[in-house]
Amino acid sequence: MLLQQLINGFTLGFIYALIALGYTMVYGIVRLINFAHGDMLMLGAYTGFFVLNAFGATPSTLILALFVSMFVCAIIGVAIERAFYKPLRNAPRINILIVAIGASLLIENGSRILPFMGPNPRQYPQLEATSTITEVMGQRVVLSKQDVIVVVVSLIMMASLGYVVKFTKIGKAMRSVSQDTRAASLMGINVNRIISFTFAIGSAMAAVAGVLFASKYPQVQPYMGILPGLKAFVAAVLGGIGSIPGAMIGGIILGITEILSKAYISSKLADAVVFGILVLILMVRPTGIMGKSLKEKV
Amino acid sequence: MKNKKLLSLVLVSVLAISLLFSACGGGDTIKIGMIMPITGQVATYGVQSANAAKMFAEELNAAGGINGKKIELIIEDDEATPAKTTNAFKKLVSSDKVVGLVGALTSKCSLAITNEAQQKKIVMISPSSTNDTVTSAGNFIFRACYNDSFQGQVVAQFAYETLQGKTAAILFDNANDYSKGLTQNFKDKFLALGGTIVAEESYATNDTDFNAQLTKIAGTSPDVLFLPDYYSTVSVISKQVRALGITVPMLGADGWDEITNNAGDEVLDCYYSNHYAPDANDPEVKKFVSSYQAKYDGVTPNALAALAYDSMNILTDAIAKAGTDPDKLQAAMMETNKKFVTGQVKFNELRNPVKSAVMLKIVKGADGKLATEYSGTVNP
Amino acid sequence: MLTKVRSFPLLLVLTVLIIGVIAVFIRIGVINDYAAQILSFAGINVIIALGLNLITGFTGQLALGHAGFMAIGAYAAAVSVMQFNMPIFVGVIIGGIVTSVFGLVIGFPTLRLKGDYLAIVTLAFGEIIRVILVNMDALTGGAAGLKGVPYFVSKETIEKNPNAILWVPVLSFIFITLSVVIVLALVHNLLNSSYGRAIISVREDEVASGSMGVGTFRYKMIAFIISAFIAGVGGGLYAFLFNYLNPTDFNFIRSVDFLIIVVFGGMGSLTGTIVAGYLLTYLQEALRFLQDYRLVIYPLLLIIMMIFRPGGILGSREFSPTRLIHLKSFKKALQRETAAEREETK
Repeated sequence: MLLQQLINGFTLGFIYALIALGYTMVYGIVRLINFAHGDMLMLGAYTGFFVLNAFGATPSTLILALFVSMFVCAIIGVAIERAFYKPLRNAPRINILIVAIGASLLIENGSRILPFMGPNPRQYPQLEATSTITEVMGQRVVLSKQDVIVVVVSLIMMASLGYVVKFTKIGKAMRSVSQDTRAASLMGINVNRIISFTFAIGSAMAAVAGVLFASKYPQVQPYMGILPGLKAFVAAVLGGIGSIPGAMIGGIILGITEILSKAYISSKLADAVVFGILVLILMVRPTGIMGKSLKEKV
Repeated sequence: MKNKKLLSLVLVSVLAISLLFSACGGGDTIKIGMIMPITGQVATYGVQSANAAKMFAEELNAAGGINGKKIELIIEDDEATPAKTTNAFKKLVSSDKVVGLVGALTSKCSLAITNEAQQKKIVMISPSSTNDTVTSAGNFIFRACYNDSFQGQVVAQFAYETLQGKTAAILFDNANDYSKGLTQNFKDKFLALGGTIVAEESYATNDTDFNAQLTKIAGTSPDVLFLPDYYSTVSVISKQVRALGITVPMLGADGWDEITNNAGDEVLDCYYSNHYAPDANDPEVKKFVSSYQAKYDGVTPNALAALAYDSMNILTDAIAKAGTDPDKLQAAMMETNKKFVTGQVKFNELRNPVKSAVMLKIVKGADGKLATEYSGTVNP
Repeated sequence: MLTKVRSFPLLLVLTVLIIGVIAVFIRIGVINDYAAQILSFAGINVIIALGLNLITGFTGQLALGHAGFMAIGAYAAAVSVMQFNMPIFVGVIIGGIVTSVFGLVIGFPTLRLKGDYLAIVTLAFGEIIRVILVNMDALTGGAAGLKGVPYFVSKETIEKNPNAILWVPVLSFIFITLSVVIVLALVHNLLNSSYGRAIISVREDEVASGSMGVGTFRYKMIAFIISAFIAGVGGGLYAFLFNYLNPTDFNFIRSVDFLIIVVFGGMGSLTGTIVAGYLLTYLQEALRFLQDYRLVIYPLLLIIMMIFRPGGILGSREFSPTRLIHLKSFKKALQRETAAEREETK
């Protein structure tokens, strides 16, 4: 059974990692905890819902759904950034945090009243279910198609992101803006564009996470992004906020911890354990596992 | 700052006084209040219940009302939040001066107002609050449905006797009083009948991943799996159940109502207890279902709609008999003994109706979609 | 400060008078039970919002878990009265004290850090507290909730004299509104002391004030603990007003409700919080017909306010009390200030 639980933990962890990546990138660049990020997951899932409902659920339409949702959420993410966050870039931090909360609530409740989304949970079209039940080391292990897809797609996304950040010009620009915004603009980098680009990528990652999340837990409803978003933030802090490999590690550790807590400690208190980790990390090592301390210059 | 303080206090008094004027009473109608979650988590149930109640009010008024007077149904939204239920209750009682109340939907919301309803002598009939303690506040509190204790027993009996299951596993929502209540009652009856509970796992509301708990349950090889929660959560759980290779029948209670619109083949050949079967042959059921479908776009009314309809019926019958004096109305309610859409209603000394439950089986209809099939009545 | 002393008794008398008049109206039925309930409920919202304003508006630390503090205060107060037979107002104080202990526990690891961690930690805490309350069945009634919490009038009095029931809405209103005044006085005095100046300096520029020798961690903790205490008191009052507690009542949405009150009233303005609290509670009831749209309009307004008018409806400028005694000189002072500002920005 332990092996099965580890598999469960891994796949959940990859999803958290994808969301955490978006959080960490945005925080690295504008020092904002984007509360609306979890809702990007929801919007991505709904987009996938519409695509798969229109074209049926097959591996190729799933890929189509991924691309469409990345596109849609990137646009929405940039729109939110331009409309709500940009005006407050030089305002006290607390103001922009509050706006982020407002944006999150707006997206959630707005989706509730839109007639084609609606408040009721909707069933998400799944691929033809094939789970293989095997015996590994004497334990009964179930590996479903969904899980494999989640892991493969996540790895592809993370690898692509790593490539963009490390080896492309725009990635270099992103890194420089997150290091020192003023200096970067002095170097001729269009800071606004880079920030928008970061939000776009972050939202696209969340959208992918949303489509994968919905294929694993096939139900969409307007509030579905809140809890995963929160937990992914814990993962980002755990791994070191601002660090991309940290987000991945944090996500996986968190996913495994959550599943193992449910299995071996108490399913009732699993959420409390997850948030307890947050408090623990902040007490012991606030910069997280891979974190570099973000110095505040005066 | 001090002048602003003064200003604000004056403003407040003005506002308070203006609230008085929302109570334009008088008029020749009998006012009946209803508290339902029109928005919020269980809005599907609330909206249908409200629609059924509205339909009843229109039918009654078209037939001349109560002894010539028309009834006015005032519906307030409580968003399934107990604090809002209290506010809605106070508004209906103090401002609108209703003579009777139909509501609330969920047990925790009803529990928020039963003490006050009793103290203020307002006849309150909840269509669907199944928690056992709801009617214990006093003799003015009634309910139109059976209790959790009965429902849990019904399912346990069905599992043991009809399905011949000797071992059962339960997966329930620890943060939901409905789920917890049912679990306890199912367990007690199943054990009393001679069965064994091999696994009892729980989760928190809004959880999406049940693999940890289900893996444990799969390891105990139960004959049946009891999932006492609302249909939206059950539809997610059931997929994971089947994906893990658990093939035994799943059982549920009235919270499963509407699952046929929200789940796939994984719930085929599963059963749940309910208050009524829309496809039953009773004349009351047929009339209710066809009127509802005609009025509301062909939607088949769910069990809670039927219960709301019956609650209105029970209340207005009593008013017709005894008028609006609180004590007389209460006595008339106690004398109710008639067959309604959801069955024969006669209140016992705790103001709970002694009713039967129907078991529904989920099957594939002729059109390929899921449907329910009447699978037997369990009498108390 | 002489002028302050002169007008303070006048203000006190006026406040008591207004409370008294409203109380009488409630008793004789001119203001009905429903309106009284809303006034009392608004008072509770104001109290908790004042606590939130202290930590968020005046200290500049965003806290998103005040519903959790409220829950602790409510359950602690209810349990102390129901199981330990404490008198009501002792129960309320106990609610506040227990909650402030939690404030200490949460604030200690979090406030040491600079940055936005408090927001997330308090949000997470708000969620955890509900999980814990739901699991403590024996004490809190668990998911079915805690019913039969006493009124502000004790059960024995009601049993002896059934008419006492009519006094419940009046006493609730008086108790709660007096608490509003007391909390307001408490916070006002805190902010006008050296503690208050330190707290505000932390908001203005934490690094600078730290380098001036202000123990920023210490003052953040003080503000947070007092804020938790106030929220706990609000929770206790809530328990005795609604007589029924359920963990689901104290969710994130409720924390956001308090934040909305603070933002609309102005993040550094106490009177703004009071006005916004009463106004928004009233609007929630009056705008029932808006239903689902309300949930969209509120966050939209929140965003618009933060972008265009972060000072809230009444603004958050700190006024020195000596200038505000008479409305005329207040207006003059206001004109002087805006003229000075215009000069500066030229």
